[in-house]
Amino acid sequence: MTAVVAEHAGLIGERGVSAAVTGLGVVAPGGVGTEAWWAAVLRGDNAIGPVTRFDAAGYPATLAGEVVGFVDEDHVPGKLLPQTDRVTRLALAAAAEALRDADLDPAGLPDYSVGVVTANGAGGFEFGQRELQALWSKGPRHVGAYQSFAWFYAANSGQISIRHQLRGPSGVVVTEQAGGIDAVAQARRQLRRGVRAVLTGGFDATVCPWGWTAHLAAGGMTTRQDPVRSYLPFDADASGHVVGEGGALLVLEDGDAARARGARVLGTVEGCAATFDPAPGRGAPRLLDAARLALDDAGVEPADVDVVFADAAGERTADRAEAEALAALFGPYGVPVTAPKSRTGRLGSGGSALDLVAALLALRDQVIPPTATGGRVADDCPVDLVADGPRPARLRRALVLARGRGGFNAASVVRGAH
Amino acid sequence: MDRLELTDLAALLRDAAGDGEGVPLDEDTLDTLFMDLGYDSLALLQVTGVIERDHEVILDEVALDEAETPRQYLDLVNAALSARAAA
Repeated sequence: MTAVVAEHAGLIGERGVSAAVTGLGVVAPGGVGTEAWWAAVLRGDNAIGPVTRFDAAGYPATLAGEVVGFVDEDHVPGKLLPQTDRVTRLALAAAAEALRDADLDPAGLPDYSVGVVTANGAGGFEFGQRELQALWSKGPRHVGAYQSFAWFYAANSGQISIRHQLRGPSGVVVTEQAGGIDAVAQARRQLRRGVRAVLTGGFDATVCPWGWTAHLAAGGMTTRQDPVRSYLPFDADASGHVVGEGGALLVLEDGDAARARGARVLGTVEGCAATFDPAPGRGAPRLLDAARLALDDAGVEPADVDVVFADAAGERTADRAEAEALAALFGPYGVPVTAPKSRTGRLGSGGSALDLVAALLALRDQVIPPTATGGRVADDCPVDLVADGPRPARLRRALVLARGRGGFNAASVVRGAH
Repeated sequence: MDRLELTDLAALLRDAAGDGEGVPLDEDTLDTLFMDLGYDSLALLQVTGVIERDHEVILDEVALDEAETPRQYLDLVNAALSARAAA
């Protein structure tokens, strides 16, 4: 209750505004562009495959969800190429798409009325690796000036802000996989404070040797080599996750202002919440609390939720914990659960942003996208997993869950426009 | 003698600031402001680092910061290179 009180206390002096989603941008395994990616998700295309961005043959984990067919020069001005990591290039492409999709021209709005709040967990890893290699092998004079910011978590928000002249309140959230939702929650706070619109979401891209070393050290990656049976959340045969790259951005807009300008409203972010796990051995993880607080924030009951986009760790203990949380909230097998990330890999900060986009598109198209499966949902995971192809359903609301490495939990409730 | 020519600076700026962005450097743009040519202070900082490395010279970064045109920049760099040769 303390958290709920604190959240309400934060509203003093702020306006109660609805947070309308009016634009989407996606660059993810399976598709560059929202509709291309979504079509691949509904088809059940597997975007996981052997790593091609570097020679991973000597590493224990050899599979990744890579963004294929992204031509940097098609999306990023030449001036920005020497000073951007891959993650920033992917984010810049999604930002342009999201603004176009929202039909929002920031130049037509007052200065400081549109902000950028994105999530990023790793910074510009590949760029940083290159510069560190130059430092160690050749010396400090071989490190370029752009390393000063290209590695940084906030580089995506900054470059997007500069390119589109979005001078409103901006920032970066660093909470790993929970980041996409946490960024949207922060964007929503900015709307309450009077900001007109915020470009928000998350991106990570770490498919490089340095990134791989960090992921392997952190643990949880599957060492399987068959891309089709690799990342199998809630399955009896789950063996860990696959890392992917990419993410999504959303234009979050003051609902009244969006309708006043005649914008197409795709859906509304009704509730967000975040919790932090206690230290290992000092109590239960708090994903369930995050879900409850997000429902409270939205002012709805579990029965009002028609589908859950799960965090879906793909690791037995974590899957069991999430399944127990879902059973506590909805009853065993009480709500359809899906994890399209099982075919893209876990995208870090991009993961929960992409899940929010998937949820909004599911609400739009009234269909639940499928999860990759090994063929048997684990007996100790009492979830109604949508696995054998897309499932048409009447959908009003979705709950999106995320767990970030280090103890971050985030949850969001989104409602469709129908 | 070790000198930085206009064509060298043009190539360095192209690498630092991205191809096809800034206006190409030639005799006609020697006195045009870097800003108007499309090169910002970061691109110049990057170029200065490369020159220091490749010519094994320490440049006065504060003075170079004041160089607003290719001619001013080249004069400062070449003065430093001459001073070193004379030393």
